[in-house]
Amino acid sequence: MADGVKITGIPTMEELKATPGLVSDQRFEKSAVAVIECVQEIPCNPCEKACPFGAIIVGSPITNLPVIDEDKCTGCGVCLAQCPGLAIFRVEKNYTDSTSMVEFPFEYLPLPQEGDTVPCGGRNGQYLTEGKVLKVKKTKQMDGTTLVSVEVPKQYFMDVRTICRKGGSK
Amino acid sequence: MRKVQAVIVGGGPAGLAASIEIAKAGGKVVVIDENGKPGGQLFKQIHKFFGSREHRAGVRGYDIGTQLLKETEDLGVEVLLDAPVYGLFRDPAGIMVSYMKDGREQAIIGEKVILATGAAENALVFPGSTLPGVMGAGCAQTMINVNRVLPGQKVIMVGSGNVGLIVSYQLIQAGAEVLALVEAAPSIGGYGVHAGKIRRAGTPIYVGHTIKRVLGKTQVEKVELVALDEKFQEIPGTEKMLEADTVCIAVGLTPLTELAWLAGCEFTFIPLLGGHIPIHNEDMETTVPGLYVAGDIAGAEEASTAMEEGRLSGIAAAEALQLYTAEEAKALKAEVWDRMNALRTGPFGQKRYDAKAQLLATAKGGK
Repeated sequence: MADGVKITGIPTMEELKATPGLVSDQRFEKSAVAVIECVQEIPCNPCEKACPFGAIIVGSPITNLPVIDEDKCTGCGVCLAQCPGLAIFRVEKNYTDSTSMVEFPFEYLPLPQEGDTVPCGGRNGQYLTEGKVLKVKKTKQMDGTTLVSVEVPKQYFMDVRTICRKGGSK
Repeated sequence: MRKVQAVIVGGGPAGLAASIEIAKAGGKVVVIDENGKPGGQLFKQIHKFFGSREHRAGVRGYDIGTQLLKETEDLGVEVLLDAPVYGLFRDPAGIMVSYMKDGREQAIIGEKVILATGAAENALVFPGSTLPGVMGAGCAQTMINVNRVLPGQKVIMVGSGNVGLIVSYQLIQAGAEVLALVEAAPSIGGYGVHAGKIRRAGTPIYVGHTIKRVLGKTQVEKVELVALDEKFQEIPGTEKMLEADTVCIAVGLTPLTELAWLAGCEFTFIPLLGGHIPIHNEDMETTVPGLYVAGDIAGAEEASTAMEEGRLSGIAAAEALQLYTAEEAKALKAEVWDRMNALRTGPFGQKRYDAKAQLLATAKGGK
């Protein structure tokens, strides 16, 4: 009972899997892809316009959940910084044989540096694993929303979604 | 006495949008605001807005404010600042708006007047609620985002609507620690994606909880939380004491309707929209001919809807001033309604849609 986005603020895996913003297991194996963790019908559609490949469709009414076309999504990550909900992530499950890449929006200072080892956390901010910062992207188009990508052990590709605040005790 | 085609009280998103529509139609419009700067609450909204492309979704609130101000300047809208409006009086030529400016009473007649006065934050009473450090969430937001002052280091937020969630996030961004967000209802009121931001930052959300009391000698020192049952009664033995220096209250808004009461508008009571609302029709016109309302005074919602209501009232006033033909106005209003209805759909918008529909039905029944 005491579970789910309306109770905890965190979508459960079941809620995520029920949305059209999550690609198939097979698609995760192939290459980097956007993961849209948008499970409530809110009036919002910037992601649709953001995608240069037409891989995200919201349509009308704008409360529709975003639908991702997993064949069209190139995993470019342009949509991440355009989502006002900071609810889109970029995941490359098979970054190496043993690691995955997870990219997330990050609107805090100070920013991490590329190459840093950082404590990585899940959707509840709790520490999961150490990760290596791969890239810190910041452009004018992103309008203050920085994107940080980290390399983490592969088992965490659907769990790591942030850098822990305040160091994130182990 | 000076007379113009339209006077707008309040230079927030609704008032500015209304002024833009009237000026676009060729009308002479004066906006009067009690603050030193126009823009209402837009300039403390540092987050990217939701909505559709037409609503400038994905753009941060203060940038939307800057765009609106530029439009008003380009169109030659006159904005009187530091000018609190204290009275509305019927006049053969329209409605006389009285205000204080430069230390003296002044007045202007508007053939049409639009009230876009906004809303005020609700308070919450508990032992210790008058201690320094207890404040409205909007107040804390003004402190951090406009004045760049952090009200405290350890914050408890009360209320899980979008205001409570967004201000919590912004307090964390500003360097504070939000120890907990408590919500008396059994579920989170605002958007899950806003809640997700503060959860990722490590802030717990306690639904079915409230503040039992706040302790402190001269300021907030400790905050006691307690769980509530389904009848909102405290459950003994569930108390939890947290050390904190700030309590932010985000438990809804009440429309600022004083001027509408003064003008003799008929009212209806709709709790979902914030309480007493001046009855208005589809043109946003109240029961006082020539007097319109737009934005939170017409039912507390959010900035995107406020801007649409502002446009609607502006187009309707321009039509009444014969700046638009009925046909032109009809087409323009239909566009606004399409966008506004889109903002009032889905599980979060439907209730507001229904409440506004009920309000419009009241207006029709009352005439």
